[in-house]
Amino acid sequence: MNPATSPAARVDDARLLMVDEHGNVSHLAQVDFPSLVRANDLVVANDAATLPASLRGVHAPTGAVIEVRLAGRDSLRPEQVTRFTAVIFGAGDFRTPTEHRPLPPAVRLGDALRLGPLRAVVTHVHAHPRLIEVTFEDTVARIWEALARYGRPIQYAYVPEPLAIWDTWTRIAGRPVAFEAPSAGFLLTWRTIHELRGRGARLATITHAAGISSTGDDQLDALLPLDEPYFIPSSTAALIDQTKGRRGRVIAIGTTVVRALEHAARDDGSVRSGDGIATERIGPSTSLHVVDAIVSGVHEVGSSHYELLRAFQTDDVLGRVDAEADRRGYLTHEFGDFVFIERRRTGRPGLVSPGTVQTKAADRVSGAAAVRTASGR
Amino acid sequence: MTDEFTGLRVVITGGTSGLGRALVREFLDRGAQVAFVARHREVVEQTARETGAHGVVGDISRKDDIHPIAIQILGALGGVDVLVNNASSLGPVPLVPLADTECEDFEVALATNVLGPFRLTKALLGSLAAAAREGRQPVVVNISSDAAVTPYANWGAYGASKAALQHLSRIWDAELIEEGIRIVAVDPGDMDTPMHAAAVPDADPSTLKRPEQSAREIADLIASYLRDLTRSGLPVVTA
Repeated sequence: MNPATSPAARVDDARLLMVDEHGNVSHLAQVDFPSLVRANDLVVANDAATLPASLRGVHAPTGAVIEVRLAGRDSLRPEQVTRFTAVIFGAGDFRTPTEHRPLPPAVRLGDALRLGPLRAVVTHVHAHPRLIEVTFEDTVARIWEALARYGRPIQYAYVPEPLAIWDTWTRIAGRPVAFEAPSAGFLLTWRTIHELRGRGARLATITHAAGISSTGDDQLDALLPLDEPYFIPSSTAALIDQTKGRRGRVIAIGTTVVRALEHAARDDGSVRSGDGIATERIGPSTSLHVVDAIVSGVHEVGSSHYELLRAFQTDDVLGRVDAEADRRGYLTHEFGDFVFIERRRTGRPGLVSPGTVQTKAADRVSGAAAVRTASGR
Repeated sequence: MTDEFTGLRVVITGGTSGLGRALVREFLDRGAQVAFVARHREVVEQTARETGAHGVVGDISRKDDIHPIAIQILGALGGVDVLVNNASSLGPVPLVPLADTECEDFEVALATNVLGPFRLTKALLGSLAAAAREGRQPVVVNISSDAAVTPYANWGAYGASKAALQHLSRIWDAELIEEGIRIVAVDPGDMDTPMHAAAVPDADPSTLKRPEQSAREIADLIASYLRDLTRSGLPVVTA
């Protein structure tokens, strides 16, 4: 599948592939999302704004040019911005695919990094030599100012133009704690939110420090996602309770929402409000306690985002989704198209009805509507 | 000093002079956490030292400054409950008839008085909406003027831009009221401020309102709104 190559692609005209609880696939448009939402449903989105987390600079001991991408933090507290987990890259920038970037110099504990106006010290080197902890040596206010003014949004080679920071903020973006955009949130416009309300559904938010999606190094990528701090407002926890009580669905906008809500879940489907750190990986063996459906970008097989989708539907259904999205030219990555996936009906594990494909009249993609469907496995 | 605004997170643009500076002090005195924005680093740092508020250096008329300003505000306060878009430009100084107004001066007035408040509010809207969902009754106060209503000669760039800001406030309030966010335009009156002196150099200061008085009235307006659980008691335009 091809990536969306421009942030402009996200303005209201993305496509939306819908998978129902039986594994049936249909093709809609982004603007159709409210029609999938019913009275008493709760749509939960991640309202983290994106921090400009790419910092160019120099590894002081060698003078080598480096890029540091901030990738993790152990708290969302605004005053705790002195210490970050980070991935270090060699010379060059986003225009070179990460897997082709030159390696950075070997960094050691105590090495100084000069990152524009920021001075940092390497305070830990993890098992992988490019995964480090950095500590900024300045006041909290000056660190925020330097990040705000000097940092650039993390981006990848498939988007050739430099992103502006506003390209990476969703409409609902609040606290700047995400290292990359919580991009499923690009689905939501204020008009969409208005329409959800009109259908008797509600919007709630969490704040989750979405980490980086790729480093170009297989061993490093295997460590993703890193532990991610999140915050669940008590109003959101209360709305989840209310939704469960009224037999509405909890629809998560993005994988970070699933990660946070399921980490905070109690066995009865309620969630703990407040701060937490999502540490688990969600995959095929995860039993979902809270989330009934997910909206996500289109992800390629094998990515951690894709693994998470396996908690919602069988590999058989997801394989069909992948083939369908590929055949119809769905665009991947953060400015691409969307999938809406309902959790497969439980009680009949492994049993999936033969999927059918429906195409909306408004579907802009030509081509035969029917696809061959696998029967069972 | 009172504690009626304890826990309230307040942002004030143009916070180093005139009404803005008086607002910084007024909200601090009532117990709020305050961040302010202004263009000149020395004055920002001085005001921050003198008041204890958090100063952010930035120019709200510049598109590229808005997100860095928003990031620093959120870094300081963690969220926003009250945003006062107070920073303003007169346009040409001294004031001149519209026919003598350079386009560039008009553009500065529009960028500062209309687009700046629009952009900063938009950048902080996610935070304001989050505050609303948590029951904190967020408010955006756009500082307007009687020049937004009355066609005073020589006040063309300023008056037209403030009229636009006032109407923007009305429309946005109508749209956002269902999100629990209120947008109001407030005319603070003719005050004894550096801006007024630039516009009307020969005015007698004793005939003008003290900016501290207007700041108190604006804080009172917000206090009464926060006490009003029906959330209906906030007029969209106040004089």
